[in-house]
Amino acid sequence: MRRAPAALFVPAAIAAAFLVLPVVGLLIRAPWRGLPRLLGTAEVFDALRLSLATASLATVLSLLLGVPLAWVLARTALPGRWLLRALVTVPLVLPPVVGGVALLLVLGRNGVIGAPLGLSLPFTTAGVVVAEAFVAMPFLVITVEGSLRAADRRYEEAASTLGASRWMVFRRITVPMVRPGIVAGTVLCWSRALGEFGATITFAGSFPGVTRTMPLAVYLALETDPQAAVALSLVLLVVSVLVLAGLRDRWLFPR
Amino acid sequence: MTRRAAALAALLAVVPTLTACSTGSPASRQITVLAASSLTESFGTLAHEYERAHPGVRVRLVFGGSSTLVRQVQSGAPADVIATASTATMRTVQGADRAKVFARNRLAIAVPPGNPGQVHSLADLGRAELRVAVCAPQVPCGAAAARAFSAAHVTGRPDTYEQDVKAVLAKVELREVDAGLVYRTDVQAAGSRAVRLAVDPPVVTDYPILTLHSPGSGFTAFVLSARGRAVLAAAGFDPP
Repeated sequence: MRRAPAALFVPAAIAAAFLVLPVVGLLIRAPWRGLPRLLGTAEVFDALRLSLATASLATVLSLLLGVPLAWVLARTALPGRWLLRALVTVPLVLPPVVGGVALLLVLGRNGVIGAPLGLSLPFTTAGVVVAEAFVAMPFLVITVEGSLRAADRRYEEAASTLGASRWMVFRRITVPMVRPGIVAGTVLCWSRALGEFGATITFAGSFPGVTRTMPLAVYLALETDPQAAVALSLVLLVVSVLVLAGLRDRWLFPR
Repeated sequence: MTRRAAALAALLAVVPTLTACSTGSPASRQITVLAASSLTESFGTLAHEYERAHPGVRVRLVFGGSSTLVRQVQSGAPADVIATASTATMRTVQGADRAKVFARNRLAIAVPPGNPGQVHSLADLGRAELRVAVCAPQVPCGAAAARAFSAAHVTGRPDTYEQDVKAVLAKVELREVDAGLVYRTDVQAAGSRAVRLAVDPPVVTDYPILTLHSPGSGFTAFVLSARGRAVLAAAGFDPP
């Protein structure tokens, strides 16, 4: 192992401490003895189930739509592609609450698209999935696009000259080649969707079992019972670590 | 090298302004007032008038949900005065027994212009086909909403429990809900974007004010004065 130069090691140590210490603080101050009482309620179970289901659905939606978008951005000569890329990454910088208002204005009951189509997404679980996908999908698109740009295109060209159709090249050459990028993007997307708060509460509202996901439950608990909020955050933390660790073993690094 | 020097110069230029923001010059005194969101308009006016009457004093207003403000005070946020939208929330602040009620607000039904849901009274908020927003029972306006429903013997059927009054009102203004339960002053502040209907029997909440540190006592007295009453009345508040 090589020794890291101090100019890199010191800021790296500060960065690690900065990112890890708040979580350590959460663990130190967690009301361990009160956990069964704070967490053993139907509402917590509902919120957790809702969070896992909506984050996973939002991730599936992002994969189905986001990977093709990343491909279009990386591999086609679409005019104004740079503008399209800038526009689809706007949700990354937009405050999520503003994103939620924007979704209401477009997909709400009186929205630009919502009204003519008779959509009624706000205050439904489907609305939660839409809000989470809106905020999380750009993470997947950006990651996959980066992988596509870095991938060696000669394999795709070779497959084409050997007679593979463009769809077959995409399915059998492109996707396997950028799989690490897709996996990393999926993990980022799922994590972001699981923690989504602002767009969800603005677009979908907050109703137990229907739209109140874990982050919303945490924020509400903070109003009256900070201990319960810490306990709920702990559950979210443990579940996401478990899921990501499980993925790591089975899927991220198969060998 | 020149680039590094330029970066350093930029940093040196920024640092003094940053520290200046946090300390303030000794010549101008600053008092910090934490106030419930529903006081945004009236306290804005009062702070402006107070500054004009007391040259050299600057009133810094921080608006937020009452429970959030109380939590900030408990965690040591610098504040000279706190005014909340419920006596129950104020009770957890140290020295709360010195708090004085300076205004009262009434719960009201807010509907979008044109009243698309044909809402006429609290009983309509139990209709299943209507979209209804109320505050979560954990925050003062939600507790008041629960009191209103039980006093009117109505089983409310909200579609969403929002975090604060402004969030409920936003959903009414965007016409995403047919009705929302908010305070009377909030509907008044919304102007033409929402229409107010009375809640019967009325549900009244008290607004207490408390001086946390002596520099704020002058502002507290001004809020409780006849002029303070007048400004609050213009915003739709009832006298205590």
